Amino acid sequence: MRVRITVNDRVEEHDVEARQLLVHFLRETVGLTGTNVGCDTSSCGACTVLLDGESVKSCTILAAQADGAAITTIEGLAGRDGSLHPVQQAFREHHGLQCGFCTPGMVMAAVSLIAENPELDEAGVRLGLEGNLCRCTGYHNIVQAVLAAASVAR
Amino acid sequence: MGDSGSILGNSVFRLEDPTLLTGSGKYVDDLDCPGATRIVFVRSSVAHGELRSVDVEAARSMPGVVAVYCAGGDDLGLAPFQSFPMLSEAVNRPVFARDRVRFVGDIVAAVVAESGAQAVDAAETVVVDIEPLPAVVTQAAALDPAAPLLFPENGSNVCFATSFGSEEDPLEGAEVVAEVDMVSQRLAGVPMETNGCLMVPGEPSGGITCWISHQAPHSVQPALAAVLGLEPAAVRVVCPWVGGGFGPKAAMYVEYLIAAAAARQLDRSVRWASTRSEDMVALVQGRDYTMTAKLGLTRDGRIVGLDASVVASCGAYPLLGAVLPMLTQMMVVGVYDIAKVRFSGTTVVTNTTPVGAYRGAGRPEATQLIERVLDVAADQLGLDPAEIRRRNFIDPAAFPMTTVTGGAYDSGDYAKALDAALAAAGYEELRAEQARRRAAGEPVALGIGVSTYVEVTAPLGLHTEYGAVEIHDDGSASMAVGTSSHGQGHHTAFAMVASDVLGIPMERIRLINSDTAAVPRGTGTMGSRSLQTAGNAVFAASTVVLERARSIAAHQFEASPQDIVTGAGGLHVAGVPGQSVSWQELAVASRDASLLPEGLEPEPLRHEGDFDGTGSTFPFGAHVSVVEVDTETGKVTMRRHIAVDDCGRILSPLLVRGQQHGGIAQGAAQALFEWVQYDDDGNPLTTTLLDYPVPAASELPSFEASNTETDSPLNPLGAKGIGESGTIGSTPAIQNAVIDALSHLGVTHVDMPCTPERVWSAIEGATA
Repeated sequence: MRVRITVNDRVEEHDVEARQLLVHFLRETVGLTGTNVGCDTSSCGACTVLLDGESVKSCTILAAQADGAAITTIEGLAGRDGSLHPVQQAFREHHGLQCGFCTPGMVMAAVSLIAENPELDEAGVRLGLEGNLCRCTGYHNIVQAVLAAASVAR
Repeated sequence: MGDSGSILGNSVFRLEDPTLLTGSGKYVDDLDCPGATRIVFVRSSVAHGELRSVDVEAARSMPGVVAVYCAGGDDLGLAPFQSFPMLSEAVNRPVFARDRVRFVGDIVAAVVAESGAQAVDAAETVVVDIEPLPAVVTQAAALDPAAPLLFPENGSNVCFATSFGSEEDPLEGAEVVAEVDMVSQRLAGVPMETNGCLMVPGEPSGGITCWISHQAPHSVQPALAAVLGLEPAAVRVVCPWVGGGFGPKAAMYVEYLIAAAAARQLDRSVRWASTRSEDMVALVQGRDYTMTAKLGLTRDGRIVGLDASVVASCGAYPLLGAVLPMLTQMMVVGVYDIAKVRFSGTTVVTNTTPVGAYRGAGRPEATQLIERVLDVAADQLGLDPAEIRRRNFIDPAAFPMTTVTGGAYDSGDYAKALDAALAAAGYEELRAEQARRRAAGEPVALGIGVSTYVEVTAPLGLHTEYGAVEIHDDGSASMAVGTSSHGQGHHTAFAMVASDVLGIPMERIRLINSDTAAVPRGTGTMGSRSLQTAGNAVFAASTVVLERARSIAAHQFEASPQDIVTGAGGLHVAGVPGQSVSWQELAVASRDASLLPEGLEPEPLRHEGDFDGTGSTFPFGAHVSVVEVDTETGKVTMRRHIAVDDCGRILSPLLVRGQQHGGIAQGAAQALFEWVQYDDDGNPLTTTLLDYPVPAASELPSFEASNTETDSPLNPLGAKGIGESGTIGSTPAIQNAVIDALSHLGVTHVDMPCTPERVWSAIEGATA
């Protein structure tokens, strides 16, 4: 079937298999490999993207379901001049990443979390990022980064 | 180095981050390779059985299928794989299971197809006939004289043994003996990026380029070359960005052998991307020890001797995990002055996933063994856990020293770390709060756990590493090293070292690693070895390059090399403004005989060498865990975790802190959450991230991590490893905290993971 999905402000119109997941549409059809796959049970959140501004695990929906939607991936987050988004910047300043594999999903989840509620506290960040696993950082610096980015957003 | 202008010891943002934060870093499955085929493995669904037949006929004719391989059919001519020359050939792993399957995950067949979906569809049509045999899952079952044998020709399920001091009774003369049986349960490493590879035949000429998600490309190169019948130079092994390793990605994988051999046979690129459920049975796992510790003491809490034995399960085919009891043996005395030790370590094969390195690898087991039994002793003697430790520390004046079990400890000051941790924790106040809650009969008990540890980094002779530094004609520099960064931030750390020596901005210093075509030799990144080996190699090479550059500059200005100093853009004559030469000019001059002083040959401004640390280093520290235990439900909540880790002189506080945090989280994961489980038939029960509870942010607190700094005398940077300390220190501290919370109820031990069910059962058992 044919879908028309806006990805990072670019219209992508493609024929897709009905069973194709959004994450595979992004990685294989559009060629944006920043969004990662870390599990097969929708547990890890590495594939988190924004769908019409809200975070979604892109392994949990079909490309067909995203027809007509606007998707933002990690590649679309920085400014056109290359300047990092405040959340990306905060992750850098607070050493919120090590191997970087969970990072695209973690950053997108954090962007959505802050947009929903910039008045976050530590418990709110920890609960809000429950669906995104990181094996390197122990989350400590991720939490610090998200709190810092939230304070910028306020 | 280390003067007032030094960047060493300062928090510097990582050079890696802009790439990773924008999704631009390419992991192995991100690599663009038009026309690459996909390989999917058909794995045994039975833990132990006779492999009667494998029927791949239907698979061959499925859409898109390029080739199907199995034993008895086309097996690519791959000989059984031996991971360690020191182990019997009788326990080698047939690359494709032949006659017998030995764990759920054993490879029975492989399907190569044009697309991943086609390969999966075809793999599902492979018919495998297995006659089940009784499975051996636990250590006790493996050692039972009536146990089925995984390798009958080996004559036993024991594949390795080590022992120390078996003659005299180490407990003789003790007034008190503390004893505890415990397990270090099997864990999965779970790097967020699963295993995978992309095998591209043809380059180098007549050979193959192997892109793998790995920690040690230089160790994979000779293993692949030997199996493929190629010269090592014809096998280029490269790791692109790697999404975590934690030890499991230091092992050699038969999947790589099959994919590479298939790529050569088909003359087509072959790609493998392990799924998470596949990784949970195919990626090597960690720990899986049963342990018994008996500690003899005087009544005033001084250790007389230790009698310990461990049995490790190394899974179906022995890998590094088989020999890790050697490391446990060496480290079993921990930070204590113990005169008499008896240790026995036995490794058995079981019908489970093979065991390799996982963060700590042999040392967390040793630390848990001594730290747990010491707490049992403290409880028996009515001593505070901190006090009993303090009474037995090795004297800081004794270093360097070698323990009875052969640990050549380079430096240490264990009381310093413990004092710092207790002060940071507010230990006395915590004990008062605990007493208050007990007196009030509150249902939520407070537990305070202490561990003091020493570990070994760059272990097992891994203390030598290659490093090269070169200045290029554009004035930039590059560093080539034999370690292989996969999240640690080596580019940043090593650039700090080179920049500090040369004065070249970090942003103008590239890192070359993880590519056998670009780095002539190397060992890889494991055992927390990278800074103390490759970091020092970079330091040494930078220093030699600087000396050459100073000679060239001195010649140009007719000055003494001693008067040439680093500065903005290049080298300068000290105190003479205007007399300066840029790194661009120096790089060019270095190859021009007419610009060189006598004695210097024209050559690139470059130096390479192998740094030899002459031995391992021994980081140490003290952790205090504070937990709340709901005595009505058994639920444990981490309230605080205080870590004081001493990794020698600190180069990058930012990176050190990150390693501490991640290490603590993985230690907490073992203490409270994770456990790779099998049923009695050897069926794995934890094959997804739904069943295997990697902790989320909501399950952990923020950590209170700090450091003491006790230089290692074994390298110019004074560095020790930090990668595994957090895990080694935190695990027993948290386990001890859980038991400490319940000690007033008569609970003396709870095995890890301390799940609500186990904690609740321990309370019930103690009060019943």
